[in-house]
Amino acid sequence: MRTWPVVLAAAVLAACSQNSTPTAAKPADTGGSLQGDFGPPQGEPVNAVLTSPPLVPPPTGRHAPAKVIVELEVREVEREIAEGVKYTFWTFGGTVPGSFIRVRQGDTVEFHLKNHPDSKMPHNIDLHGVTGPGGGAASSFTAPGHQSQFTFKALNQGIYVYHCATAPVGMHVANGMYGLILVEPPEGLPAVDHEFYVMQGDFYTVGKYREKGVQAFDMQKAIDENPTYVLFNGAETALTGPNALKARTGQRIRMFVGNGGPNLVSSFHVIGEIFDKVQPEGGTHPQENVQTTLIPAGGAAIVEFHTEVPGNYIMVDHSIFRAFNKGALAILEVAGDARADIYSGKQADESYLSDKVGDLAPVAAAAEAKAAGKLTREQQVAAGAVLFKGTCSVCHQDSGQGIPDVFPPLAKSDYLLKDPKHAIDVALNGLTGKVTVNGKIYNSVMPPMSQLNDDEIANILTYVLNSWGNDGGVISKEDVQKVRASTKRAEGAAH
Amino acid sequence: MNGGAWVTALLATCLATVAVAGAAAAPADGAPARVRVPGGTFTSVLPPAKDAKSATVRAFEMDRVPVTNADFAGFVVGHPQWRRDRVARVFADAGYLSHWDGPDAPAAGTARQPVTHVSWFAANAYCEAQGTRLPTWYEWELVGAASTKQADARADPAWRQSILDWYAKPAGKSLPDVGRNAPNFYGVRDIHGLVWEWVLDLGSMMVSADNREQGDPDVSKFCGSGSLSFEEKENYAMLMRIATLSSMQASYSSSSMGFRCAADTKAAP
Repeated sequence: MRTWPVVLAAAVLAACSQNSTPTAAKPADTGGSLQGDFGPPQGEPVNAVLTSPPLVPPPTGRHAPAKVIVELEVREVEREIAEGVKYTFWTFGGTVPGSFIRVRQGDTVEFHLKNHPDSKMPHNIDLHGVTGPGGGAASSFTAPGHQSQFTFKALNQGIYVYHCATAPVGMHVANGMYGLILVEPPEGLPAVDHEFYVMQGDFYTVGKYREKGVQAFDMQKAIDENPTYVLFNGAETALTGPNALKARTGQRIRMFVGNGGPNLVSSFHVIGEIFDKVQPEGGTHPQENVQTTLIPAGGAAIVEFHTEVPGNYIMVDHSIFRAFNKGALAILEVAGDARADIYSGKQADESYLSDKVGDLAPVAAAAEAKAAGKLTREQQVAAGAVLFKGTCSVCHQDSGQGIPDVFPPLAKSDYLLKDPKHAIDVALNGLTGKVTVNGKIYNSVMPPMSQLNDDEIANILTYVLNSWGNDGGVISKEDVQKVRASTKRAEGAAH
Repeated sequence: MNGGAWVTALLATCLATVAVAGAAAAPADGAPARVRVPGGTFTSVLPPAKDAKSATVRAFEMDRVPVTNADFAGFVVGHPQWRRDRVARVFADAGYLSHWDGPDAPAAGTARQPVTHVSWFAANAYCEAQGTRLPTWYEWELVGAASTKQADARADPAWRQSILDWYAKPAGKSLPDVGRNAPNFYGVRDIHGLVWEWVLDLGSMMVSADNREQGDPDVSKFCGSGSLSFEEKENYAMLMRIATLSSMQASYSSSSMGFRCAADTKAAP
């Protein structure tokens, strides 16, 4: 509202002058901390509502600066970081990330940091929303079983990280000592249907990813910036399965997304959504239509989007190995009626052979010759070679050698050659489980290839039987027909 | 066999096991309570002065194990001004001996556990009553740098990790008895892996409460010999002990802060 006279003046100016510059109509900035002091607190002191992730406290709803009392307790707790894996977290409020704090710009915040008597370590807090040396760190250094107090005025609006800054800082942060404080703009934030609190962090354990048992912090991995886990809200299961975030279609979602680090920056992305609005660090000039937004370690952003299509929306750090191999994955479940006009779901699933297929002429020639009753073995081999390259060589390789221990060879394969007709059955129905080929055990899955027609299977198998030193033989269309007739169409066949 | 007898038998077995374990861990009968630590010059993580990185420590004696609840109860009985219900608040905070059953009675079964919830003043008074004193930081650091085999194991990553492993465990309600950890190079046990320990010169080792300020200190916090900055920053194991000590004022107590005593070496006869 403070900018209103400026805007009005600019508008008047624009109306009066043809030569006004386009920038004159832009709203002024909010003035930062210089404009953030609305005077002494008014009314009775207010106790801040603190929430555990993924919940966010309700809007302050205040229109005047208040004195806000925040009481935050530090606790060192052992809990699951992944299924069956325990880790000792150091926490603000018993959770990772710590309790969400919500105040209004201009508020005077009386901060009480309590260090639980069972804590082993001293702790403190540096809030990025504080104007003053150390962000409160030196003023809040607190021994186990003690509490400290300091007071600050929240001069800048925005979403800010807080974290522990006790030596060794990296270790305290790596153990989960971070969270978010929102300093609302004086007019508050626009109403939305859901507000969520999501914060990424990287974790370093002596044991490997998902190695069971109690895992200790690994200082060397932390120094090497080589995390074992990259997580949202401090556990692999924090926001998945029954803990997934929930919303409905047609709703406005606002997420306060922070990154505690200690080391990695996050490429935050929601698969299948586009952020209508991103306010990095809570800035007042939002970016629109953002696919992936960078959340620096020790930074945060407010992202907003509108839900249209029901389904699961997976949140990831798009440095994507972190998502699938280190746990950086969370889910937003959106319920509601399908919207086929916006997103159809799967409409087709067909073979696409691309450039694996060479010139298909030999296949056509073989089909013609077969129809004319003049098909030769050579024509079958030529057609089979093309089809093999498109369908079979991905696993069995162009050389027919397969891949050791994974896909069995077809070249000089005792399994194949002892009963070539059995190969028809394998092609049509697939093969799952242990087989011994040339003395080696393979335990893998070949899907049914019943989408191939009888001609094609006959030609492929004839090609296989006459290649790579295999000793010949012919499979006819009729052979394939017979087997196909005697077997059910295999479940899972592509066609 | 009826249930009661079975339980009794089991209990007896357990007690016997505990007794054996305790005996095995305690110093051999007749062994002095303290060991002699030869002095030396070493690189401290807290350099004594701006241009002097090495600290020199004269030979001294140090308790083999931390002071136990039983030890401290004996002291409190003899010096009732240190009972939790009589101590002056300026010498001990509200947590002082709060874990004991009574003002001079530790909880059952905790006799051999290290005493915690003791203030620096109380620890200092205890040692004085024994004709000893608390070890200085440099004395403690010299002994604390040793592994079971080496006098200075600080460069050994495995040794560092083993210390960090203890730091990563939450302070439990119940501590193990003293003497369970193997003696180190000097014959001192539990220097790591059991409790934090008070040092004599606590007041001179104030470091910045915000350790990122090193190099740009608020000089008022850095008085006299406490003009400190951390050396060997990769040596997090020591750093954390210093951070903990510097968070404590002399009247503070905590569930994981204990102590042991030291003494000047008697002059050779």
